[in-house]
Amino acid sequence: MTSPAKSPLLPDGRILRHGHTERVVHWAIAIAFMFLFLSGLAMFSPMFFWLSAVFGGGQFMRFLHPIAGMVLVVLFYPYAWRLRADNHWTAVDSNWVENMTAYMRKEAHLPDTGKYNAGQKLMYWSMIPVIAVLLVTGIALWQPWFAPAFSAGTRRVAGLVHAVMAFVMFIGIGVHWYAAYWTKGSIRSMVRGTVSRAWAKFHHPGWYRHLTGKDS
Amino acid sequence: MALETQDIRARSASTTFTPPDARSFQPEVAKLIDISRCIGCKACQAACMEWNNLRDAVGTFDGVYTNPLQLTDQSWTVMKFAETEVGGQFQWLILKDGCLHCSDPGCLRACPAPGAILQYASGIVDFQQDHCIGCGYCISGCPFDIPRLRKEDSKVYKCTLCSDRVAVGLEPACIKSCPTQALSFGTKQSMLDQAAHRLEDLRDRGFSKAAIYDPPGVKGTHVFFVLPHGDQPEAYGLPRDPEVGPILALWRSGLARALGVATMFGVLVAGILHYMRHGPLEVPGEEDGRGDGGAGHPPERRSQP
Repeated sequence: MTSPAKSPLLPDGRILRHGHTERVVHWAIAIAFMFLFLSGLAMFSPMFFWLSAVFGGGQFMRFLHPIAGMVLVVLFYPYAWRLRADNHWTAVDSNWVENMTAYMRKEAHLPDTGKYNAGQKLMYWSMIPVIAVLLVTGIALWQPWFAPAFSAGTRRVAGLVHAVMAFVMFIGIGVHWYAAYWTKGSIRSMVRGTVSRAWAKFHHPGWYRHLTGKDS
Repeated sequence: MALETQDIRARSASTTFTPPDARSFQPEVAKLIDISRCIGCKACQAACMEWNNLRDAVGTFDGVYTNPLQLTDQSWTVMKFAETEVGGQFQWLILKDGCLHCSDPGCLRACPAPGAILQYASGIVDFQQDHCIGCGYCISGCPFDIPRLRKEDSKVYKCTLCSDRVAVGLEPACIKSCPTQALSFGTKQSMLDQAAHRLEDLRDRGFSKAAIYDPPGVKGTHVFFVLPHGDQPEAYGLPRDPEVGPILALWRSGLARALGVATMFGVLVAGILHYMRHGPLEVPGEEDGRGDGGAGHPPERRSQP
């Protein structure tokens, strides 16, 4: 999409939905998130502290957690910047949100959407501030380098906010995982990059029309 | 290392039941610091270094007797000297700073590492460095700014109230070294009785505001003070109303943990139920719903030689 020389309409009839770099970065973010979520959970609840054994012991896991956080931040924001053009909120998206429950019951006629539907855009726009708050509060908690610069009171607030935001992020990612599993063909598109024309037309008719100039 | 000879009343970040001290009677102990008797000789500071094999770096002279200026990971007790005005009179106040061994320790509540912080039946709050993960939550959880992270091993240290000595019936090293009996050690009750006598004496001598500093916000402490100017703990460098605080209490509450974990399972269960009720969202007319077998669009595999 970024390079006009490369059309997403591939010679074999499929459509390139996610380029190679985009897919690799997506899964690198996913792996960083999985580590951050599980190691964070171990430090949040004693019930899950056993997970620390999976990550080389409590102290090593604690050392890795903020570093993995930085990896996620460094990968996520350029990735989000790259996807920004396809995530502008439109009237169509507000309509989609209004029909969301019917959509989830597979009862509603799909409102016309672009490359991403409103659910995906909500995920996109929620993760941007949530990760920013996790970054700022995480730096305030980061021992031994940054935490001493913040007061004990600030760090207490940071700890609480970090935990709350982590669960907001988990809910967002959890819905994202489920939606990907539920919408058949989308995991394949993020692994191998392509979708069929029928898939594009059915799930993202606006995107399909934009790419092909055709309604059908 | 956990002292198995002492019963454990509370253990950080643990789901296991903490046994009450039912099987043996253990009185709560306390160190009484009678500031009216302290001459600021720093024998306690030296004895602490000696018993615990601590050697702080030689620091700088900062124009005051206090050295080092703050507690460090190598100085678990520090004599602090304050030149200040109390009631319109210039005062030279001394505070033996160090862990107060709270009955409700903010450090233990904040700690995410199982067993890294223990509270013994005696009331001593002790850090177990072999379980410490170096997150520093105990430091922000402490209302008195006591624990210190050691850079070399990323583990936190503080006064142990000489738990190793107390376990075998000895008094802490600082008590042993005090030449003026400003420091006493015994059961909490006997120390409270002794402090009450000291208060009478001080009030007779004109210190009408003399008071015991045993803050109720942390349910009392196992190191407590007799302050001649008891109405002004801040003058000594002690917080007036120390407490664990609502933010830490909420963050580390069982309710918050239960809500967090329930949310997590809630997402999982909602996904499973939705899938069982509605099934996958598939492209209509496609066998596998992925849009791979649509007419006029040969599958990828067939297009390859």
